[in-house]
Amino acid sequence: MASLAPTFGRGAMTNTWQDIKNANLVIVMGGNAAEAHPCGFKWVIEAKIENGAKLVVVDPRFTRTASVADYYAPIRPGTDIAFLLGLIRYLLEKDKIQHEYVRAYSNAGLIVKEGFAFEDGLFSGYDQDKGDYDKSSWDYELDEQGFAKVDDTWEHPRCVMSLLRAHVARYTPEMVSRICGTPQDKYLHICEMIAETAAPDKAMTSLFALGWTQHSVGSQNIRAMAMVQLLLGNIGVAGGGMNALRGHSNIQGLTDVGLLSNLMPGYMVLPSDHEVTFDDYMKTRQYKPLRPGQTSYWQNYRKFFVSFQKSMFGDAATAENSWAYDWLPKLDIPLYDIIKAFEMMNHGEMNGYICQGFNPQQAFPDRGKIRRGLSNLKFLVTMDPLDTETSRFWENFGPQNPADSATIKTEVFQLPTTCFAEEEGSLINSARWLQWHWKAAEPPGKAKSDIWIMSQLFHRIRELYRKEGGAFPDPILNLSWNYTDPREPAAAELAKDMNGRARVDIKDESGATVLKAGQLLDTFARLRDDGTTDSGCWIFTGCYTEKGNQMARRDASDPREQGIAPNWAWAWPANRRILYNRASADLEGNPWNPAKPIIQWNGTKWVGIDVPDYGPTTKPSESVGPFIMNAEGTARLFARDQMVEGPFPEHYEPLESPVPNILHPKVSANPVARVFADDRKAFGSPSEFPYVATTYRLTEHFHFWTKHALINSILQPEEFIEIGEALAKEKGIAQGSWVRVASKRGHIVCKAYVTKRIKPLSIDGKPTHVIGVPLHWGFTGQARKGYGANTLTPSVGDANSQTPEFKAFLVDVRSVSGPEV
Amino acid sequence: MADLQSQNYIRRSASTLTPPSARNHEDEVAKLIDVTRCIGCKACQAACMEWNDLRAPVGTFEGTYDNPLDLDPHTWTLMRFTEYENEQGNLEWLIRKDGCMHCEDPGCLKACPAPGAIVQYANGIVDFISENCIGCGYCVKGCPFNIPRISPVDHKSYKCTLCSDRVAVGLEPACVKACPTGAILFGSKKDMTDWAGERIVDLKSRGFENAGLYDPPGVDGTHVMYVLHHADKPSIYAGLPENPKISATVEFWKGLIKPVALAGIAASVVAGFLHWVIAGPNKVQPEDERQAEHLLSEERRKRESGENPYIGGGGAA
Repeated sequence: MASLAPTFGRGAMTNTWQDIKNANLVIVMGGNAAEAHPCGFKWVIEAKIENGAKLVVVDPRFTRTASVADYYAPIRPGTDIAFLLGLIRYLLEKDKIQHEYVRAYSNAGLIVKEGFAFEDGLFSGYDQDKGDYDKSSWDYELDEQGFAKVDDTWEHPRCVMSLLRAHVARYTPEMVSRICGTPQDKYLHICEMIAETAAPDKAMTSLFALGWTQHSVGSQNIRAMAMVQLLLGNIGVAGGGMNALRGHSNIQGLTDVGLLSNLMPGYMVLPSDHEVTFDDYMKTRQYKPLRPGQTSYWQNYRKFFVSFQKSMFGDAATAENSWAYDWLPKLDIPLYDIIKAFEMMNHGEMNGYICQGFNPQQAFPDRGKIRRGLSNLKFLVTMDPLDTETSRFWENFGPQNPADSATIKTEVFQLPTTCFAEEEGSLINSARWLQWHWKAAEPPGKAKSDIWIMSQLFHRIRELYRKEGGAFPDPILNLSWNYTDPREPAAAELAKDMNGRARVDIKDESGATVLKAGQLLDTFARLRDDGTTDSGCWIFTGCYTEKGNQMARRDASDPREQGIAPNWAWAWPANRRILYNRASADLEGNPWNPAKPIIQWNGTKWVGIDVPDYGPTTKPSESVGPFIMNAEGTARLFARDQMVEGPFPEHYEPLESPVPNILHPKVSANPVARVFADDRKAFGSPSEFPYVATTYRLTEHFHFWTKHALINSILQPEEFIEIGEALAKEKGIAQGSWVRVASKRGHIVCKAYVTKRIKPLSIDGKPTHVIGVPLHWGFTGQARKGYGANTLTPSVGDANSQTPEFKAFLVDVRSVSGPEV
Repeated sequence: MADLQSQNYIRRSASTLTPPSARNHEDEVAKLIDVTRCIGCKACQAACMEWNDLRAPVGTFEGTYDNPLDLDPHTWTLMRFTEYENEQGNLEWLIRKDGCMHCEDPGCLKACPAPGAIVQYANGIVDFISENCIGCGYCVKGCPFNIPRISPVDHKSYKCTLCSDRVAVGLEPACVKACPTGAILFGSKKDMTDWAGERIVDLKSRGFENAGLYDPPGVDGTHVMYVLHHADKPSIYAGLPENPKISATVEFWKGLIKPVALAGIAASVVAGFLHWVIAGPNKVQPEDERQAEHLLSEERRKRESGENPYIGGGGAA
């Protein structure tokens, strides 16, 4: 979500699953929704059948999604930015943008500082030695009051629109085709289909997933399409949006509650060690509006932060101790992501690991490196309902896991946990809905809930601190823990903590008490920075109120049958279903598409089928922008300093690529991608590993879980790779025969599926072959043993999200006589 | 299935008696499989396995997404995938859910020599009544779609029941309930035919000039129908028969030979009776016991080793 927040203000799917049915055009690129999200895909089918929508698929392979598409075009893995910047060039050249929308709702007219430049693949401010950017030139020119200067005629040479035109000029249809291998006629046909949705009453929805994120330029892939959608006026409207389809039932919840090494709940940022005091920390988080009168909702950051600290530490967090700011961990480096963690294990710098609901032995790149890292630990704790490969990494399973158990000293504690059906709680889906679920069965054996396990750990650790002191006991000793059963807090109790409470009586302007001390808050608008409110995750405030558990609501009524059922579960923020829905209306407040309105201005307030993502009585004439989280009030075509590799996306080749970057051979790959020196040594060259490989899921399986289920294993029993007919013929590989696929990091031996669904692409005149590697197989479970795709993949992270580059790397393939023994 | 619904029968194999047909006021039902909105997710297969409590052995990958590789006594429905290059040179990935078509004029039922082993209900569903099945395999020969499979364990024939047990209590078949994209629908044959008509209009507007409904007249229509993008070429969908008919042999058997054959069977019954009178009843010999044990242990071994014992049931016709 490291691309949607810099563009629109929030890192989440903008619309809902149901809303997809309102689209006129559905583009699936950077994902395979039918394969990975078959249930949600019903709304695409609904759009086709009930709304006459067309479905376009752009993918290296002809996928299950492509099998029901109206139009398909192939693309080389890792070149989506070239395709999309070419599309922007096409839209600008043919003048197929929604002018009024772009002028008012994007930063197209804002003027960028003198000094900003882009040359030979690098933006201004690059420091060759540090391998990093000084981003100070990536910003607006400000006037005396500190507001960004603007030229709404778009004639100023340094206004965002002028810079964007110049930036995309290189991406001609010929260039796009040379880089992507997409035939020009197919590419232009798709541009034409997309351009039609620039009409105010037409909408395109973009559905994407890990096909975009799992690249060294993953966040910028998404940025590029977000810019396309802005130019077309497709954000905030019914049937539009940037719809990040999440790969786990609760992965949206993971980022929402800040389970990344540098985040806190509600997208607040963990302090770094140079932010010594609370005041230092707040200095860069004032988020003053950059245009007059804008909402810039992050101005309330202090209220969210103080309420979080009160939730954590209760009465122990006071104004005098700066709300216990000192008790928070401070980062000494920008982040400790998973790639970094395994790098540290390999260097002996991390020697204990608690692995909760996670199977890195299967899920993280370069399996050999993962195994070496785990082997270097003193202890490993796994918490999982399944017997994962990670918990058995030390055991020799033959060539699929050739561990030398005698040399491994890691002590492994395998704690069986309940699975979702054996506990109650909430899951947050792609569309930001917090949906409550109830326990359906007792857990087997000695399985315990994650909450029980963590509580037991907490009590024992706190006891040790109480008895023995220790270097820094304060945060542990002062942690609030007010639950009916302290050994196992109820899910509902934790949900109420997240929601937050009034700590004193709260009065309205007339002096009447609206909430008594101790009552649950109904909206985050009530949060204060004086310690009188608490909330564990401000974006969730409203999910569990004095009216009860809003997440448990199950009223499916949908007033306009437009896919918005406001009383079904609860969506953050404030039960809004379509983010930025103010942008569904024009400047006067009338819907761009009268057939599918979301909210509109009735003369005194905003009314409609959704909660306005806007001041409910803010008049259209006040010119407050619809992107209320952004200091500009508009969405960003130019991302300022929010993206690590530049304010505009640029085509960089994958770290392992068959060709140099045609546009700037000297800066071929992302100059700021996350790569450790040791990992760089494990990159293969095209002379040795001439074929492009990409990894993906199959619909029969869910990651590495369902191979433990018999029915799924029957439906897709065994590891295989997919290879086009041309390359198979060249290599003498017969249908269903055994092959060995190798990267610089390892090899797998499995069966080959020789298919017409992958065709060689012509890249800069040279034929380039793609090999598909489904990722599900490991050495535990009911399916046949497999090596796992991560045996092959490189340890490379996206510069913004550190997501590994699983979708584009190099391999070699050859026929072998049979399995390894 | 157990034979609990005999009053619903409109046809009964190898029977001269007319079934009572007490429920002949019922609508004929149909399952409509819209191939053009199917994404091949196999939820229908999983649901079929769950509802009917069937588990085929974990197989192997053999260069196709068809898994298990063929219909078998544990696999009553199966997605079949075909990579097809059309006249424009564009690829189409045709995915067809295979299984019993529930013919209005069922070749299996006509071919079956075991009284009451195959029946047809008033709603059109063709069902196998296992306890009456003698495992002779005539239904396999009689089926123009190559659907039934004989279990080597109990020597009974198995196929999709169209969830007759669910339908009887007003539920849709399990595959229909599980389908996430609405590609499998269930209702009266008339409603399904009407809905198919609407789908065909949409498909024609998207350039599929030959879109149409597959409801083959050679078997008087079927209670499982397909919407196809290329109804002029059913065989491109993993060998869906162009014009399925009951084989001449079966028709011949039903028409002329059957009375003669039945006379032969009657004669053998008489001979059996005489044998019993003269030589006493047959006893299970130790040899038979050993044979049965061997078959069971062989089956267990195959299941444990994951070997699929049902390969060779033959691909679709």
